[in-house]
Amino acid sequence: MSITEFDADRPPELPRTRRRGRRRRRRDLTEVGMGDGSREGAVVEDVEFERAGEFDSYYGRPVVKAPPWKEPIAIYLFLGGVAGGSGLLAVGAQCTGRPLLRRNSRLLALGAVGAGTVALIEDLGRPERFLNMMRTVKVTSPMSVGTWILSGFATFSGVLGAIEVDRMTGERLPLGALRRLLGGLELPSSVGQAVLAPLLASYTGALLGNTVVPTWEAGRGHLSYLFTSSASLAAGGAAMLTSPVAEAGPARLLATAGVVGDVVSMHLMKESMHPLEAEPLQTGQAGMLLKWSERLAIAGGIGTLLGGRNRYIAAASGAALLAASALTRFGVLYAGLESVKDPRRVIEPQQARLAARRAAGITDDSITTAG
Amino acid sequence: MSLLAGPEGPAASTGWGHDHERKGFFTDTSICIGCKACEVACKEWNRNPIDGNLEILGSSYDNTGELGANTWRHVAFIEQGQERIEEAKESGRKLVSLGMPGIGPKSSGRRGATPAGDLSSTDRTPPDTPEFRWLMSSDVCKHCTNAGCLDVCPTGAIFRSEFGSVVVQEDVCNGCGTCVSACPFGVIERRDDGTISPFAHRGDTVDRMGTASKCTLCYDKMVDGEQPACSATCPTQSIKFGDHPDLTAEARQRVTDLHERGMTEARLYGANPKDGVGGTGSVFLLLDEPEVYGLPPDPQVPTKSLPATYARVGVAAAGMIAVAALSFLGGRR
Repeated sequence: MSITEFDADRPPELPRTRRRGRRRRRRDLTEVGMGDGSREGAVVEDVEFERAGEFDSYYGRPVVKAPPWKEPIAIYLFLGGVAGGSGLLAVGAQCTGRPLLRRNSRLLALGAVGAGTVALIEDLGRPERFLNMMRTVKVTSPMSVGTWILSGFATFSGVLGAIEVDRMTGERLPLGALRRLLGGLELPSSVGQAVLAPLLASYTGALLGNTVVPTWEAGRGHLSYLFTSSASLAAGGAAMLTSPVAEAGPARLLATAGVVGDVVSMHLMKESMHPLEAEPLQTGQAGMLLKWSERLAIAGGIGTLLGGRNRYIAAASGAALLAASALTRFGVLYAGLESVKDPRRVIEPQQARLAARRAAGITDDSITTAG
Repeated sequence: MSLLAGPEGPAASTGWGHDHERKGFFTDTSICIGCKACEVACKEWNRNPIDGNLEILGSSYDNTGELGANTWRHVAFIEQGQERIEEAKESGRKLVSLGMPGIGPKSSGRRGATPAGDLSSTDRTPPDTPEFRWLMSSDVCKHCTNAGCLDVCPTGAIFRSEFGSVVVQEDVCNGCGTCVSACPFGVIERRDDGTISPFAHRGDTVDRMGTASKCTLCYDKMVDGEQPACSATCPTQSIKFGDHPDLTAEARQRVTDLHERGMTEARLYGANPKDGVGGTGSVFLLLDEPEVYGLPPDPQVPTKSLPATYARVGVAAAGMIAVAALSFLGGRR
């Protein structure tokens, strides 16, 4: 609107009427434009400049990055544990003549390892290239080692699962001459499963531990123990849920041992950590999950010990144990992802270990040098 | 530690032979002016998409934030007052008194005071004001001697080039993300959805989608004998590119010079082959503690402790077998 000497001759403007009910939101002067075109708005918002905080970090930004791993990875960790534990139970049942436990455990192992593999592939950035995992064998890569453990275990489980399905259907699968081959493969496959099953449950400790994610890095020495314990209680629980109590005796013992190992190793792991590294395991969403995981594990363990011979109590305890194991995996995953967000969790433990080495007289291995 | 790299340097020990000297960067932050030409040149040459949604971060003049899948050079801006400058000088002086290798005599004069003797070769640039300073530093992938990302890559997509640099093969990577959590410097990242790129033509796509991506030391330029885009464009030669041994020698000399001038806050980052990553291919001259720039003070490649971690895996697996066996022995009918 221009301002001229003729403005006085304009007819008076009527006040603008506001429609009732639909009030126009008053906009702040700093917002872009005024909407009605009456005034030019600020193009660039006002910015508050922040200074670096009290402790040294770059504007509180993370130093290291969390892997792009989401829920499928926790599901895989859980299912891989169930598969590994079930594999061991299947072998034991085969050796001690427990046909139902053997059948159910073999089928559980196959189903869990299959679903776990799908979850693992689902979490890749380029799922169509999942076979690239088989291009190399790299011992420096726990992911590579784990891929070979997983594929070996899945192959043996596939053979044993096929045998069980064939038996369940009264040998009516159209296998032909393959049936004799499968029969001959049962023993070697069982041996292979027995060897790979515990590795499948424990290598994931190295997978998470061999990172720079503060909470996982600090848990390097304990994660494998935690995960095999969690796998034991989960597989024991799965067998108690699916198999009759008469045959599930070993599963109950395995589950009980798993509960003890799970609770103890989790506490030892937290105690061994720098307080900042242990914090994500105790607070927030991850802390809540792990708290409930511990409660469910203890409840399931007590149920197993006291009422394991009752079919219903055994099933309920088994379900509680399975849930406990799943919560453990989700909790550990979330705690790791949370731990990278605060740079203090990276910087303070590193400063502490650097200072400890310097105090011990080792001054030649610092990345920062005076020349 | 020599898991993947021997004393002759990473390129030699990965089977490339001695055809090429190890290449690297020396980023001298004391002469960085924060123009971000390196960021722009890197984005243009490597066709990297925009990160985020153009939000203003308010971290001094840094609105890039951090290195990532789409940002392979990042210029940090830090504003510091007098107190902090004094602390930085003191911490740099302490590094010398720790008996770190290769440092010249300390200067007795005030900072900025002209040294005695022949003045013909004296640097006559005016010193920083003592009350306030701006730290500007162009960060980049360190191309570690013992590279965590390279160690843990399960597909072999990440390889050691003949120049000693660490490069991701986009067409092999399946985006598992293991490398992201194995980098002690938080450099490598998976390029996921959410990136914006203004396309000149309909049908253009973002390269390297869903795969890990980071600085390649401009491998495509180096095979043609060219230098990387960032160092070629740097107007103050703050980013120097060249043979790694020459650059580290130059970096050591520069720190010595700065200390003689009283700038005891100067220090090198990554020039020590005994550090947790075996030394880095990209060496930095910093003017304060590394964490001020968002760099880890004591990075350790995770592979270093992998043998011990594998031992735990084995013990845990053996324990699980033993417990299972005992369960069957003890489980009555």
